Amino acid sequence: MVATPDRIGGFGSEGWVIPEAGTLSEYAVEMRDVSKVFGDVVAVDHVSMGIRQQEFFAMLGPSGCGKTTSLRMIAGFERPTSGEIYIDGKAMGSTPPFQRNVNTVFQSYALFPHMTVEQNISFGLEMKGLSRSEIKRRVGEALELVRLPQMAKRYPRQMSGGQQQRVALARALVNRPKVLLLDEPLGALDAKLRKEMQMELKTLQREVGITFIFVTHDQEEALTMSDRIAVFSKGKVLQIGTPLEIYERPTTRFVADFIGETNFLEGTVQEVNGEFASLIVDGGRRFVGRAMDGVRPGVTAVISVRPEKVQLVEQPDSSPNCYEVQVRSIAYVGSDTRVIVMLGNNQLDVWEQNTISTLDPNYFFKPGETAWLTFKPENALVLAQ
Amino acid sequence: MASDSTVVLLGERSEIKPRPRGEAQRLSPGRFALVTITLFTFAFLYVPIVVLIVFSFNSARTGATWQSFTLQWYERVFNNPRILEAAANSLIVATLSTFGAVVIGTLMAMAMERYRFRGQSAWDGLLYMPVIVPEIVMGISLLIFFAAANISRGLLTLVISHIAFCMPFVYLTMRARLADFDRSLEEAAQDLGADEWVTFRRITLPLLMPGIISSALLAFTLSLDDFVISFFVTGVGSQTLPVYIWGQIRRGITPEINAISALMLVLSIVLVIVAQLIQRRQRA
Amino acid sequence: MIQAFRERRSLRIFGLMGPGAFWLIVFFLIPLLIMAVISFMSRDQFGFPAPPLTLENYHDVIKDIRFNPSISFESGLNIRLFDGLYLELFWRSVWLSLVSTLITLLIAFPVALFMSRLSRRYRNLALFLVMIPFWTNFLVRTYALQFMLRGNGPINTALRALGLEPIDLLFTPTAVMIGLVYGNLPFMILPLYTSLEKFDWTMIEAAHDLGADTLRAFQRVMLPLISPGLVAGSILTFVPAIGSYITVELMGGGRTNMIGYTIAQQFSASVNWPFGSALALLMMIIVTVAAVLYFRTGRGDQRAVL
Ligand SMILES: Nc1ncnc2c1ncn2[C@@H]1O[C@H](COP(=O)(O)OP(=O)(O)OP(=O)(O)O)[C@@H](O)[C@H]1O
Ligand SMILES: [Mg+2]
Repeated sequence: MVATPDRIGGFGSEGWVIPEAGTLSEYAVEMRDVSKVFGDVVAVDHVSMGIRQQEFFAMLGPSGCGKTTSLRMIAGFERPTSGEIYIDGKAMGSTPPFQRNVNTVFQSYALFPHMTVEQNISFGLEMKGLSRSEIKRRVGEALELVRLPQMAKRYPRQMSGGQQQRVALARALVNRPKVLLLDEPLGALDAKLRKEMQMELKTLQREVGITFIFVTHDQEEALTMSDRIAVFSKGKVLQIGTPLEIYERPTTRFVADFIGETNFLEGTVQEVNGEFASLIVDGGRRFVGRAMDGVRPGVTAVISVRPEKVQLVEQPDSSPNCYEVQVRSIAYVGSDTRVIVMLGNNQLDVWEQNTISTLDPNYFFKPGETAWLTFKPENALVLAQ
Repeated sequence: MASDSTVVLLGERSEIKPRPRGEAQRLSPGRFALVTITLFTFAFLYVPIVVLIVFSFNSARTGATWQSFTLQWYERVFNNPRILEAAANSLIVATLSTFGAVVIGTLMAMAMERYRFRGQSAWDGLLYMPVIVPEIVMGISLLIFFAAANISRGLLTLVISHIAFCMPFVYLTMRARLADFDRSLEEAAQDLGADEWVTFRRITLPLLMPGIISSALLAFTLSLDDFVISFFVTGVGSQTLPVYIWGQIRRGITPEINAISALMLVLSIVLVIVAQLIQRRQRA
Repeated sequence: MIQAFRERRSLRIFGLMGPGAFWLIVFFLIPLLIMAVISFMSRDQFGFPAPPLTLENYHDVIKDIRFNPSISFESGLNIRLFDGLYLELFWRSVWLSLVSTLITLLIAFPVALFMSRLSRRYRNLALFLVMIPFWTNFLVRTYALQFMLRGNGPINTALRALGLEPIDLLFTPTAVMIGLVYGNLPFMILPLYTSLEKFDWTMIEAAHDLGADTLRAFQRVMLPLISPGLVAGSILTFVPAIGSYITVELMGGGRTNMIGYTIAQQFSASVNWPFGSALALLMMIIVTVAAVLYFRTGRGDQRAVL
């Protein structure tokens, strides 16, 4: 997934300068026990995490969970109340933003309205004191990179949202920062453009080989784009992992719930047997799933199973997680059929993929019918509360 | 209210939205009344001014009977060293006090808008006071002050006083502008490597420039127009134009006053046009 | 490090506030305080302040007050409750200023309303036409009005030419009132216009939709939303009116006295600085109280709507 560390990107005579491997610390950015308190609000609560070199790293979480604050502390706009931030192995302390080798793509883009696109992009290079010709060359390359070469003389207000977004990107990238910080950069775009830009951004990141830290509250966006994701809740980092890990092995109920759809059944852990644990759900039914951290006999826990990993069958099978249910409603959505069933007082979602092409209405279950619900223990997780 | 009143003082408007026209086109009784009142009001405002300008070209020395067209009163104005001196004084005072008021008013607005500190609300109230205190009170209190401090009255006292009464208007205008200022633009500049001074010079100042120009125009006009305060703090050799005009009016009518008045009117029309043009350019 | 940061911060605040704070304190606040002190001093033989401290100036203001209610209609409506030279002066000033503010408002509101409903092009033109008197020297404008109304001015000349009786308006209370309205109209129209221009007329439709009649819609929806313009315009009209000097002299010929004019006289014609200071202080208190009350009501309305 990580771009190859030799020559990257096909633009410019030098390409993007990647520091030699020997000088790299493992992490591009590291937060060690960082907290930020605003008055009586704890915006970021003892967060520790390392973002690796050239990684596409997403911060994901509901509104107000401290993503922006974390990003602003990395950029240097806010100072941590406690803890320390390291960029490329160096403690940042009170280093002001203009002395940090990171650049930001602001959510509102923050393009300078009194400067043309060209002037906006050259601003950072001027600050570095580069020569006129060098600036001109690099600005040209950056415009090329974001595919806006003919827009150099325009003012931001003369451009569409998507174009402005790309100018903001070019303005940051042209400085070849160690780390690029993006705070919901696609938030202001419509759904279609958003999808397009997701692809472009991902491709661009591979090309330039710069570490991207990307804030979003759109889980699908995070899953499709990132190498790793940090899931935030109430100022804390709950889990860091690859999209696969986050989706398939959430370690907490919150993460399982926040990422994708899932069914929860609450109960008490009966026994733990190696990798697996059994759980008695109210009504006395017993379920088996993978035991996650903190699952011990006697504790209350939930079993979490994704709707696409549950099947409805007409006859009971040998799975320990097989019970008779009532079909409550059914919705055909093209690629799959979404069925809601009742298991005692618990409601569960079942998504059956439509692998067969048919016009026969009798092929599907109908509301009011009974059926057998089943899923394999290895497809379900037992999560401590 | 702060921003509103100052926005109003400069005649600035928010973006104009298109309005459905159909309704406004009908000449209902209500609308007829509005049209009539408006026309009468504009007539009320303009007839005296226009008549004054017309009579500034009348060769009759007194009275309002038209004799013949003449430019002699204008000639006299431009050949009267006392008028020219008063005009020069007015311009000098207006220029200096505009500069002073804009600088200190803007700085104060920055402090008040961007920082939270003890005693801030007291300062806020104090900055409103000069708007509410009648100018006659400001005039006599400054007169007493300069007398007590043994500062002889002249251009210096004029400039000091004009800065004092113009500054709050600059402050209110700039504060409103700063409240609308998008701070993330400054953060973006720092993010791109600009230190605080460069950020101020390259981003903050250029983006505040329209506001600064507006408030400078306002301060300039306030200073040029002021009579009451100037009347009390002016010295013998440092009369401003309004103070000179006042003296002439009280002494009796000279047609020269009509000519000066007409000229000042033209000046304010020019200032209004300049202000509008600047605004239009900003919006474009 | 935090310490250094704090120090830098307060240094910066000090640097930004310093010049303005200095100016406000030294050339605004201290002069007012000195004036307040002088209002408690005696006068020397030239009329300048001298020790000892005394309450005599304030006593002079109130010493001849008697309760004597009356209403008269000579040259406009006059309502009196008390007799007494200076009390009457204050009362008349406040009354004239209030009436002139009200008249100005009654004229300005329809004008501003009409302007705000014009199409864009005409709106800009109308705005331009209000801006010119707004920015024109107040003295010059008042002088132009006086010129119009003079005994041998254009109006009377025209009347005589038509064989009509000339009107003798100048140097009456009515003339002062006309002068106040004329002088302050632009200062009322512009703030009102700004508020009305921003006003979203679908609000009125919404109010009607919710069952409010026109009056209630105006009262409950429009008034609170345009109250910033109303407050600004009223203050910009009332304060100059009560302190007016030019208008009283040019339109009233000094015969319709108002408090601002009397104060000015204590510092020019009849020199009596301590007494003038006392009057000025009293006037300032009246204006400040009026303004603060007015601000309050304006804000209160807005809150009631939210
Ligand atoms: N300058 C500030 N002053 C006070 N509180 C703040 C400040 N900035 C952020 N907060 C608070 O800190 C918490 C975290 O805010 P933050 O902006 O980091 O959230 P976020 O995860 O970016 O949310 P969103 O997805 O809505 O952007 C919130 O409760 C917010 O109200
Ligand atoms: Mg955020």
